[in-house]
Amino acid sequence: MKVLIPTPLRQYTGRQSTVELEAGSVDEALCELTTRYPELRKQLFTAEGELRKFVNVYVNDEDIRYLERERTLVKPTDTISIIPSVAGGSVAARRGF
Amino acid sequence: MATLTRAQASALTNDEILRYSRHLIMPEVGMAGQQKLKAARVLCIGAGGLGSPLALYLAAAGVGTLGLVDFDVVDYTNLQRQIIHTTGDVGRPKLDSAAEKLTGINPFINVRKFETRLTSANALDFFRDFDIIADGTDNFPTRYLVNDACVLSGTPNVYASIFRFEGQASVFATENGPCYRCLYPEPPPPGLVPSCAEGGVLGILPGLLGVIQATEVIKLILGTGDPLIGRLLLVDALGMRFRELRLRKNADCPVCGATPTIRELIDYNEFCGIRGEEAPITTTVPEIQPVELKARLDAADDIFILDVREPHEYQICNIGGHLIPLGDLPARMNELDSSREIVAHCRSGVRSAKAVTLLRQAGFGKVKNLAGGILAWSDKVDPTLPKY
Ligand SMILES: [Zn+2]
Repeated sequence: MKVLIPTPLRQYTGRQSTVELEAGSVDEALCELTTRYPELRKQLFTAEGELRKFVNVYVNDEDIRYLERERTLVKPTDTISIIPSVAGGSVAARRGF
Repeated sequence: MATLTRAQASALTNDEILRYSRHLIMPEVGMAGQQKLKAARVLCIGAGGLGSPLALYLAAAGVGTLGLVDFDVVDYTNLQRQIIHTTGDVGRPKLDSAAEKLTGINPFINVRKFETRLTSANALDFFRDFDIIADGTDNFPTRYLVNDACVLSGTPNVYASIFRFEGQASVFATENGPCYRCLYPEPPPPGLVPSCAEGGVLGILPGLLGVIQATEVIKLILGTGDPLIGRLLLVDALGMRFRELRLRKNADCPVCGATPTIRELIDYNEFCGIRGEEAPITTTVPEIQPVELKARLDAADDIFILDVREPHEYQICNIGGHLIPLGDLPARMNELDSSREIVAHCRSGVRSAKAVTLLRQAGFGKVKNLAGGILAWSDKVDPTLPKY
C-alpha cells in the first residue's frame, strides 16, 4: 500500500513523497513507516505514543477518526495520507528564518 | 442575506451593467446574482500572497464592500507573489497599496481598510459588518482566532493555506458544516512546526489558491454550485494534482460541537504556545557577534564555521562554512571535531541556535551561535553578501 508524505515531513523520509509498504492496518503502516524513518516518530506521535492532534491520517479520503482510528484495516490498494496542519503563507515565507 | 434595503441599494447603474455584462448574460449570475454580489460584504484577512488575487478578483467581480485587514508594509520579497503590490509600492502600507489597485480596477466598490492586527478584542466587531470572511493568514494564532470568531458570529470562513508548492482550501463555519477546529483541534507546539529551512513558497501558488478562495466566496454569495463545505481540497502544483479529503463536523469540537467549551474568543498566542509563532524565539545559547567573529578570523584564530542551512541556500550566498543542514546534523556530527572552537550559523540565527543546543547536548563544549546569522554578517561585516 501507499503512504503519501506531505512536504513538511519529507525532510524525515529522505525527500520521498510516497512510501510503499505492506500493512494490514493503519497502526501497522505507521509503525513500519516510523521504523523505516525513526525521525518521523517524534513528528507524528507524542511521547505517550498518541497520534498528535495536529496530524490527521486519512485512508483514501476518509479521516481515521471517523473509522476505527489506528485500528482501521487497510487493503493493499488503499492509500494513507498524512495531513499535518501547516501555517504556510506570506508572512511565514517572508520571515522564513 | 441581503435585506430589502440593501437589495434596493444594490440596483445597478448603466455603467455597472456594461461593466458586468459578461456576468449578466450568464444565467448562473444574471441581474439577481450581480445585485447579490453588489450587496455582499467580504472581509479579507491579509493583503499578501493569498489576499492579492483574492481581493483583485472579488473587486473585479463587483463585490460591493471589500474589507481588508493588514498592518504590514510592502517589501521587495513580497513582489514575487503578492501581485496586488508593485515595485513602486515598496515601503508603503499594504492596505494603501491594495486599496488603490482595487478601486483602480473597480471604482464602484467600497473598500474598507482596517490597518491593524486582528485580535481577540477587535475580531468580532469587525466581523459583525461582513457576510463572509476570507482567511489568507499564515500563522496559527490568527487562523484559530479567525475560525473561532467565524463560528461565534455565524460567518462562513473561506480558507486557504500554502506551503512551498502545496496548498489546501476549504469552506469552514457554515451553518451545518465543519470548522477548522473540527479538522485540527489544536495547533502544533512551536518547536514542532515544520522547519523554517523547508519554508518558501512557489510564487504562483498563492495565486492558484487565492483564486480558489475567490471562487468559493463568489459561489457562497450567489448561492450556486457545490461549495467546498465538508471537503478539504489539496493542491499539489508540482504534480498538478488536485485531491480532496472528506471533512466532518466533529460533535466534540470545542467551538462548534454539541457542547462547546469555547464560548468567547481566547488568548490565541497563549493557545498556540508560549510566544506565538511570529515572535522571535529568544535563545539562551552562547553567541558571537559578526564583528567579533570577523576580527578573530582575520587574526587567524582556529575557528570552524558550521553552516546549518540547506544546500540551495548555500548557493545563494555563503561565508565559506562547512555545510551540514540542521536536519542532517544528528547523523553527521562525526564530521565535527569537538576539541575545536565551532561557530554555527544559518540565515538569521534561529536554526543555528538549535544546532548549538544539539551539539552542546552531544558534548561539544566550544560551540557558539553567530548572532543574527548571515543576514547580520551582511549588515555588519560584508555588505556585498546578498540578503534573502
Ligand atoms: Zn468545529
